[in-house]
Amino acid sequence: MTLEMIIPLLAAAIVAGTPILYATLGEILTEKSGVLNLGVEGIMIVGSLTGFLVAYSSGSPWLAFAAAGLAGGITASLHGLVCLIFQGNQVVSGLALTILGTGFANYFGTSYVGLSAPGFQPYPIPWLADLPILGPILFQHDPLVYLTYLIPPCMWLFLNNSRYGLGIRAVGEYPEAATAAGLSVAVHRWWGIMGGGFLMGLGGAYLSLAYTHLWTNNLTAGRGWIAVALVIFAFWRPGRAVFGAYLFGGIMALQMRLQASGTQLPSSLLLMLPYGLTVVVLVLSSLGRGRTGEPAALGVNIEPAD
Amino acid sequence: MPRFRIIKRQERLGWRSCFIFLAAILLSLLFSGVMLALRGTPPLEGILILFKGAFGSRWAIEDSLIKAIPIFLCSLGVAMAFRLQIWNIGAEGQFALGAIGATWMALSFPELPQLVLLPLMVGMACVAGGCWGLIPAILRQRLGTNEIIVTLMMNYIAILLLDYLVYGVWKDPTSFGFPMTAEFVPQAIVGKIGSSGVNWGILHCLLLGILFWVFVTFTRTGFELRASGDSVRAARYAGIPYSGLVVLVMVISGALAGWAGFLEASATINRLQPSIMVGYGYTAIVVAWLARLHPLNIAVTSLLLAGLRVGVENLQLDLQVPAAFGGILEGLILMTVLAGGFFVHYRIVSVRQP
Repeated sequence: MTLEMIIPLLAAAIVAGTPILYATLGEILTEKSGVLNLGVEGIMIVGSLTGFLVAYSSGSPWLAFAAAGLAGGITASLHGLVCLIFQGNQVVSGLALTILGTGFANYFGTSYVGLSAPGFQPYPIPWLADLPILGPILFQHDPLVYLTYLIPPCMWLFLNNSRYGLGIRAVGEYPEAATAAGLSVAVHRWWGIMGGGFLMGLGGAYLSLAYTHLWTNNLTAGRGWIAVALVIFAFWRPGRAVFGAYLFGGIMALQMRLQASGTQLPSSLLLMLPYGLTVVVLVLSSLGRGRTGEPAALGVNIEPAD
Repeated sequence: MPRFRIIKRQERLGWRSCFIFLAAILLSLLFSGVMLALRGTPPLEGILILFKGAFGSRWAIEDSLIKAIPIFLCSLGVAMAFRLQIWNIGAEGQFALGAIGATWMALSFPELPQLVLLPLMVGMACVAGGCWGLIPAILRQRLGTNEIIVTLMMNYIAILLLDYLVYGVWKDPTSFGFPMTAEFVPQAIVGKIGSSGVNWGILHCLLLGILFWVFVTFTRTGFELRASGDSVRAARYAGIPYSGLVVLVMVISGALAGWAGFLEASATINRLQPSIMVGYGYTAIVVAWLARLHPLNIAVTSLLLAGLRVGVENLQLDLQVPAAFGGILEGLILMTVLAGGFFVHYRIVSVRQP
């Protein structure tokens, strides 16, 4: 492979990895607060549809993007309602949310299948875009990609240095101690769920507003589940999530390129690649240094005090 | 000013908890009605058609029974895994593998008599489905790999494998390009009972259900299974081989889903094609949880959710409601029942501030 082939591939990897990155960061935020949200797939697809519908009717991609984030937050809050208030099992609630969200999006999106909406176009950053090699790979994308360059460091700062971020981590690690220290477990977990849902919604919107520009059923195609796996791969660290998301983006880009090049390999086998890679990546992370970074109270509900 | 407090129930609610269950179902129907109204479908008429379509005629009941067969078998396996706190989300893929295994036998040995061919198909379906359950089980027990995601990813892979086969090597040359295998020979088909539309698969369910019950109730392994289900830690201290149980349960779980795949290919569709994958494996998870992992409840709940599927098909025909409405229904029912579980263990009382 020559440089002329690798650079577009890497650029495509970043674009394909971006929706997964949004969702992975969202899930990291939620899990850091001690809540396992398996509804990512459902939340993402609700975000996709909301983004598409708002862009379709208003013509404003930015408004659509924000609306998708809000829709993601609201959808995720259902998980909060069931797990934080009604003490439901977090695994089952997340699965229910995925079933519900997927049904919801396909139900309300059915009359829009195949229609397109105004979305985001590539906006090369002046000067940076002209850098050799790095320019075409990193700085000739749409604005939503640039946003994901900023979110991981901000999230890292938030989780490690801000009072509220540390609170979220505390309720995820040791809720009893956090309570004793005067932190409200429920409030911090709500923010973890809603903030995470917001990011997942944005990830979904990236698919309909920047990736495909049109609406189809089952647009997310398992990306939400890949995000859940990437959280483990990333050891719950935003920085490693970037690496993981682009790895998957790369595989997806490669698979599309192979398909377009008219290879002899059947498309169904090529489509297996990202899912197979997810299993491989998970196995590798469990072989590695163990599950460092996993919040100790992940998935454990806090019983209401009498 | 009255304030509310949450108090843990001292005595068990027993049979009265079914009121909470009913209230949750009603609430989910209410929300579903709102969803119908939002798309311009008259909600009351919609819900009525849903139930009439599910149980309102002999044809409807037969169709519900047919759809309940795969859901029941998948759910039985899923529930067993959930009991051990293994989150097997992979019934969908194990079902696909079962259908693939059965089809492989049906296409390879079309000249065998039915008494040999059908058991061969069942066997291969169970082996294929069981293997699909074995992989995540071993990964989990050996390396601690998260079984939720592995089973789920294996669903996607299984469905694509099925696509690969029916679009490629197994495609019927006379199907005018449609992705499907040739129709099975008569010896490879599980027939219908008398003049009814229901196939003999229902008898398989009955036998497997009884066998399952006997296994769990009367065998040593079954006892260890129940004990581990109640408390994994206690079971470990008691010297129960938890790891081995996990692997066993996942294999049985996969084999049951595989059996369901065999029945669907052999009895319902009579061939392999992509439309065989309609999400029974996911519905089975909903059923298992609604039925609180209890075999008899699972039978009833499978029939109910199969009925909802038939009802949604009717809604689609009569009122042009998209098929995805079924997903909304299932998701809402599961969420409301899950939330309702809170009131089984707690009650809310108002207390006056002194």
